[in-house]
Amino acid sequence: MKKLRFTFISLLVASVTWMTACGSTTPSNGTNGSANPGGDSGSGKAPVKIGAVLPYSGVYASLGENLTRGMELYFDSVNWQVAGRKIELIKEDEENDPQASLRKLRKLVEKDKIDILTGPVSTAVAYALRDEVESKKIPFLVSHAGGNDLTRSKRSDYIWRSSFSSWQIGYSMGKWAYENVGKKIYLTAADYAFGHEVVNAFKEAYTAAGGQIVGEVYPLLGSNDYASYLTKIKSAQPEAVYAFFAGSDAVRFVQQYEQYGLKGKIPLIGSGWLNAENIRPAQGNSPVGILSTMFWDYNLDTPENKAFAEAYQKKYKERPSIESVEGYDAARIIVEVLKNLNGDTSNKQKVAQAFGDVSIVSPRGPIKFDKETHNIIQNMYLIKTELKDGKTENSIMKTIGEFKDPGK
Amino acid sequence: MDMIAIQLVNGLSYGLLLFLITSGLSLIFGMLGVLNLAHGSLYMVGAYLALTITRNVSGDFVTALLVAPVLVALLCLLLEVGLLRPTYRLDHLSQVLLTFGLAYMLHDLVRWIWGSNVQSLPLPIGLSGSVELFGQTFPLYRLLVMAGGFAIALIMWLLQEKTRWGAIIRAGLSNKEMVSGLGINIKLVYTIVFAVGGLLAGLGGVAAAPILGLSPGMEFEILILSLVILVVGGLGSITGTLVASIVVGLVETFGKVMFPQLSLIIIFGFMAVVLLVKPTGLLGKQVSG
Repeated sequence: MKKLRFTFISLLVASVTWMTACGSTTPSNGTNGSANPGGDSGSGKAPVKIGAVLPYSGVYASLGENLTRGMELYFDSVNWQVAGRKIELIKEDEENDPQASLRKLRKLVEKDKIDILTGPVSTAVAYALRDEVESKKIPFLVSHAGGNDLTRSKRSDYIWRSSFSSWQIGYSMGKWAYENVGKKIYLTAADYAFGHEVVNAFKEAYTAAGGQIVGEVYPLLGSNDYASYLTKIKSAQPEAVYAFFAGSDAVRFVQQYEQYGLKGKIPLIGSGWLNAENIRPAQGNSPVGILSTMFWDYNLDTPENKAFAEAYQKKYKERPSIESVEGYDAARIIVEVLKNLNGDTSNKQKVAQAFGDVSIVSPRGPIKFDKETHNIIQNMYLIKTELKDGKTENSIMKTIGEFKDPGK
Repeated sequence: MDMIAIQLVNGLSYGLLLFLITSGLSLIFGMLGVLNLAHGSLYMVGAYLALTITRNVSGDFVTALLVAPVLVALLCLLLEVGLLRPTYRLDHLSQVLLTFGLAYMLHDLVRWIWGSNVQSLPLPIGLSGSVELFGQTFPLYRLLVMAGGFAIALIMWLLQEKTRWGAIIRAGLSNKEMVSGLGINIKLVYTIVFAVGGLLAGLGGVAAAPILGLSPGMEFEILILSLVILVVGGLGSITGTLVASIVVGLVETFGKVMFPQLSLIIIFGFMAVVLLVKPTGLLGKQVSG
């Protein structure tokens, strides 16, 4: 029995370590697929190789999948070729693990000899890849990871970001919330770097406008139960709550916000992940009334977005998500860069520089790069969740402004 | 004062939900001496089966609550006969490894069948309301889960302590050969206990799904807490598991209110303290080393 107890406890310790260490559970082999149908250029030039380090397993697998779908949709539209060269997409699983991703990057560079790198979802992974990218001089288009420092203290000549910075997400709502929602607000976010960055950016803009923060609480990432936090928030009697949660956290938080009777009494505002396209079906009617800011929404009424959404639905039989747009934009930006260089990727520095000149009208609106920080400059929209025919639907209230990361 | 009272209710309801989920793990461990690390996975399978039943088959949560746990129990029946039975001759480690491997497999299987997006199980209108408690809004469903937790605890205690079945099982744990010698099919007893454990895991999954939501990975979140409860309560004691579930629920709830960033540490710190003061757990049986 003693032996058993020992086994038991060491297993407990082992499984906890394992849980916290990776969070992802199924290390699959790199899903190598060079899907380039119809690429019959016949020009004899070598294909241009794009390496994508994205999560294809673990908690963020669906994000990786949607990013990939967005990319492939755009590459389809140019028939997988640009400037006479075929496009080859090489996918590697980031496994939500910085060390594993670094190994994958080395494989992509040394074995596949990629021309351009894109991905990842995790900011920690992006930071891990950064030094290697800089020393090997790999043009790197960050298509999701939002950590501020990537285009601030850790910025690199070779790294450009087409997704967003966490600052853009939080800051965009601060002033508007003070003027339109309330003067006393409670802040809550999942307790990890990105959650803190978003909330801090909101706080910066909100307090500068004159608002007062009446309390803050940071539940663990992946919390099951928000009951005690919600009771605490309610008793502080704020005029509104600003929240950053995403994925399953957002589902639970928003549903419990309603179950504990806060909905309808204390307005809930936050980032667009709180009421995102792909989690709303799981939230039932609970997100109705949420106000959020985001750089894209399915219902953004522009010809570019409509065409994109239609093509996406036709191919994948489901609505695009925020990540689908990020993938679509990343693919398009890469194609624009290759076009501008007339397909010549021999000079890595030139390739990296060329990103700065890309300026397009994306499904999310007009976008361009800040040549100083290498971060994207884009519109942020104010989004409201409403009930339409028994289902929740987001609508765009207004364009809240064009946001450019300050770079420090 | 009301604030503390409502947090007590919060903690109690969370604790009893944890008891629902952990009871099957505790039962199997107490009776068969098998630490079933696939328990969380069975809980997850129960939740996902309930999702499919409400969505595609009947559209009714109550049907799902009755059917899904039975399906999980059937799955356990197959697992016990096909995989687990041959390992009883070996040491505990082989069962631990087997069930851990099973957990990985079920994780991939669930992701393959139901996808990796977060989903949730909607409650019927009648259960989704809320009530006023100490001047605060409290979800009705959580009160029902509390009642369910207590009911399961009572039933399990009665079965174990007051019936012939309970006596056989307890006897089987201390001396397998003797029980077999008395003409009782001990293999069958083991199979049934394992299936009942699965039934409870499935039930926990269905009960938790409307509160905690569904996503692949949910099983490991809950497995860790379940193991903590098992250790704190004392290995193999149903009463201990009940007490530990409630205590862990309360400790976590108040931990979150007072030191939100430290809530995980508080739980493990608490476990460490319990083990230092009482190495057999709060209500663990004294076993000869």
